[in-house]
Amino acid sequence: SWITSMKIINVIKSVIVGVPIGITILDSVGYVARVDGISMQPALNPHQHTTDYVFLNRWSVKSYEIKRGDIISLISPKDPSQKIIKRVVGVQGDVIATLSYKSHVVKIPEGHCWVEGDHTGHSMDSNNFGPVSIGLITAKASCIVWPPSRWQFIQSCLPDSRVPLNLTSKSIL
Amino acid sequence: MKKILLKVFGSVGYVVQYACLAHCTFEYIGDFVLCAGPSMEPTIYSDDILLTEHISPRFSRIDRGHIVIAKCPSNPKQHICKRVKGLPGDKIKTGFNSYEIVPRGHVWLEGDNSSNSADSRSYGPVPQGLIRSRALCRVWPLKDMKLLTN
Repeated sequence: SWITSMKIINVIKSVIVGVPIGITILDSVGYVARVDGISMQPALNPHQHTTDYVFLNRWSVKSYEIKRGDIISLISPKDPSQKIIKRVVGVQGDVIATLSYKSHVVKIPEGHCWVEGDHTGHSMDSNNFGPVSIGLITAKASCIVWPPSRWQFIQSCLPDSRVPLNLTSKSIL
Repeated sequence: MKKILLKVFGSVGYVVQYACLAHCTFEYIGDFVLCAGPSMEPTIYSDDILLTEHISPRFSRIDRGHIVIAKCPSNPKQHICKRVKGLPGDKIKTGFNSYEIVPRGHVWLEGDNSSNSADSRSYGPVPQGLIRSRALCRVWPLKDMKLLTN
């Protein structure tokens, strides 16, 4: 029984050492998360019978270098205990033609970005709560890891209809 | 030769273990913060070092009167240290005849030094998700050690 108690102590030691290492890896590198909801269709969760699992890359947002078209996870401005996953449509300085915001046109302030769900009309995003502070961004969704039929790297792209006004040749009359 | 390599690996292993422990402590339990700027005078002065805890924001136990450290809304690489003056639903007087209601998921922050503080009066309500920790006490300078909780 002296040997069993030594074994138990060794297991406990491994756990005490392993937990901070595991947490640090999750915080610094990234982790896999399940995508809930239809707000990012068709990019994520395109069918009713599949739920996508994505790898959320925390390493790539360490210096907050977010580009238009990235799919990112952020702390919801309406509920700090919730994380939401949306696409970055505009960065600071961009002028956005909003879809359902209090003003038709918004210039994104410094340190903020404009996020939207791909599924227009079925998404709680910047059209609802306005520009979001970049400090709320937690990770970038870099690839879909489950189910195997959905294995792919997530592309950073913007639909033509959502390109910020300052990048198009349109002029506002 | 093999012995030296094993010793090096052993030392690196220890460093990694303790670095991860330090990361978890500073991220989830508490850390020390060096303050700069006049916006919280006379409560906190520039070059003061505060002990802060990371537990209250995580469990949404931030209340009015708490001094919090938050990421700056306009620059996530900087931090701000202000006092919570309003919670969601609170009506804040912003002018002679104007009010602002603090929206869901946000707080209203103000520096104690009203005449010299950039805070919610200029950049609006701050999302609770930006709050990193709550200041507990000043630990440096030693002669000015003081609890910052009411």
